Amino acid sequence: MADTLTASPAPSAPMNRQDFVSDQIVRWCPGCGDYAILASVQKLMPSLGIPREKIVFVSGIGCSSRFPYYMNTYGMHSIHGRAPTFATGLKSARPDLTVWVVTGDGDGLSIGGNHLLHALRRNVDLKILLFNNKIYGLTKGQASPTSELGKKTKSSPFGTIDRPINPLRFALAAEAPFVARTVDTDVTHMGQVLERAAKHKGSAFVEIYQNCIVFNDAAFPGVQSRDTRDDAAVKLEHGKPMIFGKAKDKGVKLNGFKPEVVTFDPAKPPSDLLVHDEKANPAVAYMLTELEGDDLPVAMGVFRDVESPTFDGLMNQQIAENAKPGADDLQKLLTGSDSWEVK
Amino acid sequence: METTTTKPVEEIDSVTIRFAGDSGDGIQLTGGQFTTATALAGNDLSTLPDYPAEIRAPAGTLPGVSGFQIHFSSRDVLTPGDAPQVLVAMNPAALKANIKDLEAGGTILVNTDAFNATSFKKAGISTNPLEDGSLKGFRVIPIALTTLTDNALKGMNMTRTQVDRCKNFFALGIMYWLYERPIESTMSWIQKKFKKVPEIAKANTLALQAGHAYAETTEIFEHHYRVKKAPIKPGRYRNIMGNEAAALGLIAASKLSARPLYYGSYPITPASDILHELSKHKAFEVRTFQAEDEIAAIGAAIGASFGGHLAVTGTSGPGVALKSEAIGLAVMTELPLVIVNIQRGGPSTGLPTKTEQADLLQALFGRNGECPVPVVSAATPGECFTMVIEACRIALKYMTPVFFLSDGYLGNGSEPWLVPDVSKLPSLKVANAVRSDEKFLPYKRDPQTLARPWAVPGTAGLEHRIGGLEKQDVTGNVNYEPDNHEHMVRTRAAKVAGIAKDIPPTPILGPKKGKVLIVGWGSTYGAITAAVREFHAKEDSVAAIHLRHLNPLPPDLGEILFNYEKVLVPEMNMGQLLMLLRSKFLVPAIGLNKIKGQPFKISEIRNKVQELLDSKE
Repeated sequence: MADTLTASPAPSAPMNRQDFVSDQIVRWCPGCGDYAILASVQKLMPSLGIPREKIVFVSGIGCSSRFPYYMNTYGMHSIHGRAPTFATGLKSARPDLTVWVVTGDGDGLSIGGNHLLHALRRNVDLKILLFNNKIYGLTKGQASPTSELGKKTKSSPFGTIDRPINPLRFALAAEAPFVARTVDTDVTHMGQVLERAAKHKGSAFVEIYQNCIVFNDAAFPGVQSRDTRDDAAVKLEHGKPMIFGKAKDKGVKLNGFKPEVVTFDPAKPPSDLLVHDEKANPAVAYMLTELEGDDLPVAMGVFRDVESPTFDGLMNQQIAENAKPGADDLQKLLTGSDSWEVK
Repeated sequence: METTTTKPVEEIDSVTIRFAGDSGDGIQLTGGQFTTATALAGNDLSTLPDYPAEIRAPAGTLPGVSGFQIHFSSRDVLTPGDAPQVLVAMNPAALKANIKDLEAGGTILVNTDAFNATSFKKAGISTNPLEDGSLKGFRVIPIALTTLTDNALKGMNMTRTQVDRCKNFFALGIMYWLYERPIESTMSWIQKKFKKVPEIAKANTLALQAGHAYAETTEIFEHHYRVKKAPIKPGRYRNIMGNEAAALGLIAASKLSARPLYYGSYPITPASDILHELSKHKAFEVRTFQAEDEIAAIGAAIGASFGGHLAVTGTSGPGVALKSEAIGLAVMTELPLVIVNIQRGGPSTGLPTKTEQADLLQALFGRNGECPVPVVSAATPGECFTMVIEACRIALKYMTPVFFLSDGYLGNGSEPWLVPDVSKLPSLKVANAVRSDEKFLPYKRDPQTLARPWAVPGTAGLEHRIGGLEKQDVTGNVNYEPDNHEHMVRTRAAKVAGIAKDIPPTPILGPKKGKVLIVGWGSTYGAITAAVREFHAKEDSVAAIHLRHLNPLPPDLGEILFNYEKVLVPEMNMGQLLMLLRSKFLVPAIGLNKIKGQPFKISEIRNKVQELLDSKE
């Protein structure tokens, strides 16, 4: 039945970035980090070789959630926090489509926390981009669930009293099979991480540090600036020791269960540096999320990448396994097994 | 099985029996088996289960009492019966909870083994009702069910608990003999059900047969009863519950529209049975999604609808409350969607297992903004099939969410159902938008239906974005202009109002003009129709109409209402349809309102109509 839904014509001609730019005027504030993310995604799309009509962007509510309007693909700008639900229905009904979810820290982790949790634990084959700017931008500057404790905002003039949630820890706790982090100002890194997410089969969760120039400027000091980020961040590379710093003279090692920074001669890195393993026990990835503050570098890149059966795949597998000739005889179904004839 | 008996047979027209016991006693199962046997005996019938919200409240207590009522007859049956003539009470609590409903002079079969000091205490009674004279005026048949079952299973080496679990089959055997029901269907059901535990199958079969033989030989029963076959329209029948009919209707609608069915739902009484039924039918390409909550259930359905599937979400009133924002999104994005509401007693968690019709105004108005949604409802369990298909038809043709309202009484009630001929069901096919040379405009409407095109992802050239922000007419782009907003609000309203063109003329039961017109909707159909027929036996001034379309209302309704001196609207709510009729037609309609979690009795309708006929005003 499903093949009657889309009479897809011959494959489209090779595409370029411009093919993914919609005719709508982009309405984010000048200087917003969202522009860079949009450009990165539009640049990535043609390289994936997926026809434009097979791609759907689904979002919730918030600044980030305007994203689908600017992508010349199919799209749905839904309701606050619920994007994963629409995306789950769409992807499980139509596994032939590539479905992306765009959300923010308020949309995804406050009002929509429950849906994000379940999309990840089910392993629905969705690419989920969470733009984290640690603030409610569209409603003009209230604290968000990722705002740091004590943050003074319009809704918290004496400082917030609720502890923030770390998006990656949330995703890891939900056992998301692909968990990554990047930042809006490092376009090269963002492109690499987005490509990895796109190519992962299953739920791919990417936190993107995103600057809100109006309500929470410089929310991620250190990692956002080109001048400081080499020392403020360690880029995770599968199978490689965690070395960072402009001079490549710093590394991360474990002291018991605690990651700590060591300095060394770049020519002679110590042998006990932590070697990144995307397939390792998620507890290791969890420890990497604790790299922040106290001169610790923030970890950027792919924290975890493992394969497991997807929800949409399993749902459609059950359908396929039960589709036997004659098994869908409606008259037989309606008649049931306990009918009788009245003459 | 041929009943060979020497005892005399008394012929009766109809009988209403209520089985009552602990919710762990298998009362619903016993009732279900008796229903199947009764259908096979050729009677018309109607049933009403009445079970507690608690799964197993403490045994022997009043909150733990579960009941199942069946009315069967040699004539047309419209309701499960006003008052039972026979009560089968498995313990004192069941007797206490149900005795007030029993008809004067009615018969009570009691399990005397359960009548002891401990169970009196649990039921909160101080004296033995079998001895204190409180049952004077009823015919009491004391039977030591547990002891007799124990005797029947001698040699089977079963524990007391296992024996106790078989006693409902012993009771069923008695009832089968008493009303000349065939026992074969239950025997084969037992074999199937307990295939993996042959000793339990054997014990239950023995208990059933022993009960039957006991009734035949014991001197307690002087005769048994015969209810002749009802004159039923020829054809193939099956017994069906409303929720089952709704599930089958959805599968049928999927076939008829040639679109896979996607059902998003979250467990909730009394709607979960639809999810259970649909989840069995993967062979029909039915995708069921048990979501993390009510919002996710409708969200997934809307996502599937965007993807071109026939999408449905099913719930009860509290779930609809949670879904309301998403329903608004479906109205704004103009995507087809059916919202099934099996209504229960409210507000809040209310009465989960009891019936009510108090979500009508919620369906019409329970959202922010001007947010019109068509609403249809079913009158009988079997009609849940037809009307859920109608809901799908409207959703697909007009690109809109549609409410299908049923209730606990319809959902769990059952009746014999003439199996529809699939070849005679209507096609529900609608085409997806296809690429053309012109620029694709997602909100350019069909001039007849005002439906927008359904452009399904995967179709090259029709890439577009939809969402909850106000849409510019034709282009579907985000738009906040004042005139456009008013135009769109009026257009969405006109689209839903235009569905009235599809509604067939309203059938009138009774005279075209007269003194009293009863206007009903939903599950009150049986009681209203039975009451009106009683009046028709003696006079010709009372009529009834039953609404299946509640938004929009049938176009001929206004004219019909003014052909009668008085309009009576019986509802299991505080007067919701009444409010609509009064405001829309300025008709001085009168309400008859019952909010007890129980369906109307025929007598309640009859008495009110009589009061209106007798009134001088």
